Amino acid sequence: MSRGKLLEVRGLEVAYGGIRAVQGVDLAVAAGEIVALIGANGAGKTTTLKALCGLLRPKSGSLHYEGADVTGKPAYHLVRKGLSLVPEGRGVFPLLTVAENLAMGAYIRNDHDAIRNDFDRVYALFARLAERRNQLAGTLSGGEQQMLAIGRAMMSRPRLLLLDEPSMGLAPLMVQKIFETVRAIAAEGVTLLLVEQNARLALETCSRGYVMESGRVVLEDSAAALLASPRVRQAYLGE
Amino acid sequence: MEIFTQQLINGLVLGSIYALVALGYTMVYGILGLINFAHGDITMIGALVALTVVQALAAAGVPAPLVLVLAGGCAILVCSLLGLSIERVAYRPLRRAPRLAPLITAIGVSILLQYSAALIWGKQYIALPKLIEPAAINIGGAQMTTLQLAIFVLACAIMAVLLWFIKASRMGRAMRATEQNPDVAGLMGVNTNAVIAFTFVLGSAIGAVAGLMVVLYYGIGHYFMGFMLGLKAFTAAVLGGIGNVGGAVMGGLLLGIIESMASGYIGDLTGGVLGSNYRDIFAFLVLVLVLVIKPSGLMGQAGGDRA
Ligand SMILES: Nc1ncnc2c1ncn2[C@@H]1O[C@H](COP(=O)(O)OP(=O)(O)OP(=O)(O)O)[C@@H](O)[C@H]1O
Ligand SMILES: [Mg+2]
Repeated sequence: MSRGKLLEVRGLEVAYGGIRAVQGVDLAVAAGEIVALIGANGAGKTTTLKALCGLLRPKSGSLHYEGADVTGKPAYHLVRKGLSLVPEGRGVFPLLTVAENLAMGAYIRNDHDAIRNDFDRVYALFARLAERRNQLAGTLSGGEQQMLAIGRAMMSRPRLLLLDEPSMGLAPLMVQKIFETVRAIAAEGVTLLLVEQNARLALETCSRGYVMESGRVVLEDSAAALLASPRVRQAYLGE
Repeated sequence: MEIFTQQLINGLVLGSIYALVALGYTMVYGILGLINFAHGDITMIGALVALTVVQALAAAGVPAPLVLVLAGGCAILVCSLLGLSIERVAYRPLRRAPRLAPLITAIGVSILLQYSAALIWGKQYIALPKLIEPAAINIGGAQMTTLQLAIFVLACAIMAVLLWFIKASRMGRAMRATEQNPDVAGLMGVNTNAVIAFTFVLGSAIGAVAGLMVVLYYGIGHYFMGFMLGLKAFTAAVLGGIGNVGGAVMGGLLLGIIESMASGYIGDLTGGVLGSNYRDIFAFLVLVLVLVIKPSGLMGQAGGDRA
């Protein structure tokens, strides 16, 4: 267990019944870093994130968070420690209002004054959500749902935020907006692990990156080096 | 007209009891997608526990209001523990099993509860000792007893508090979130197993109160009484839109009224061929009609079923 690592994953294996989706992933994120995890469809990125946040139990391997072994700990435990996931496909509660969704984000907290401030902060960040605070989340547009999912994760005051394809299905302008927000969150000192299909955008946002193929990490380097790597340029940047 | 008013009163009182039991079905269905067929029998256990407490205390000369509170308290305690254990032992291990498995288990638990009750209390009807002499109030030519009024008011109060709780409290919000997406609720920090267990306890406790009300209203209890009560409450839940708490309240009241009206007028309508003892037919007629015409119920949202 090396020092200074907020999250450290060793030999992670995750299987769905007989399907071995993640086959021995090593990965580490230091406090304050912004790290990208890229890879083709089905490479095992979502599965990795789900195992990190406690939604899936690893078949083998270990997870250390803030220096403590948290292997096999459930999601509701990890979020109390500041580890939060914005899931793929947003996962807003469709029959709760925008405000109720945000309140769910603050479920683990009881510092009511600070929570009220954080509501205002999210509404300031996403004016669209402020206008729609009493609307059911299921009736929001895809982009608005993504804002809500990010805002909701912020309400838990995470230390480490895992983002699973925040740009999925969004128009370019909305993608810009979401990534601006992601950078703003990072600037506040939140550590980020970002999964993205849009590899260029991800690597331009992050300082370091991992490339996954068929359940394994095949490349790991600084974002600049990955952007320059012929293998990445050919397979993920469409050059 | 008197018959109408009278049957309306009877129907509202009966319906408020159905509604309380229907809430237990609908809350569990909402959160697990499971029809807990044992719920009627949990209510029966509550009724028989309450009866036993009343028998013991009334004979000892304890004042009636205290007897009622203690009977209700014991019933709530026993049913809550029962609901908690049933969820833990019978349903939780089957959480990810195909839907048929927990359904069959539910029927098994129902039979287990019935025959356990038969062992403890016997198979004969148990009569409620005289506790209170309800006075009658005259409403538009019809009679409403103070007992009926008390049942109706208490049931409505419980339902109002429950609806508020689910709508506005932190736990209620966690229940709705768990219902809509248990994984994401977990990501928010909700211990979904605890929320599901809590839902069973809440439904069972409310069922216990309904059990006490049935015993007071009809003056008897029986190990098999949960079957018919459960089926009717289930019908009420389906009528309102299963999974919808407001729907369970409306479905319960509506079913009570339909049943009372029908039993009040069935003699006239059939020229005396069928008597009011055929009232039970109507509940099931309603169930079949709802399932054929609008399976999502009166307040169910179309496609809201996570089948
Ligand atoms: N619930 C599941 N049951 C069975 N197999 C699954 C399940 N979820 C994912 N898989 C399989 O695991 C592998 C990895 O899937 P995963 O969702 O982690 O990929 P991904 O890298 O996130 O892909 P994408 O970029 O398309 O989101 C895939 O082959 C997928 O079919
Ligand atoms: Mg994915």
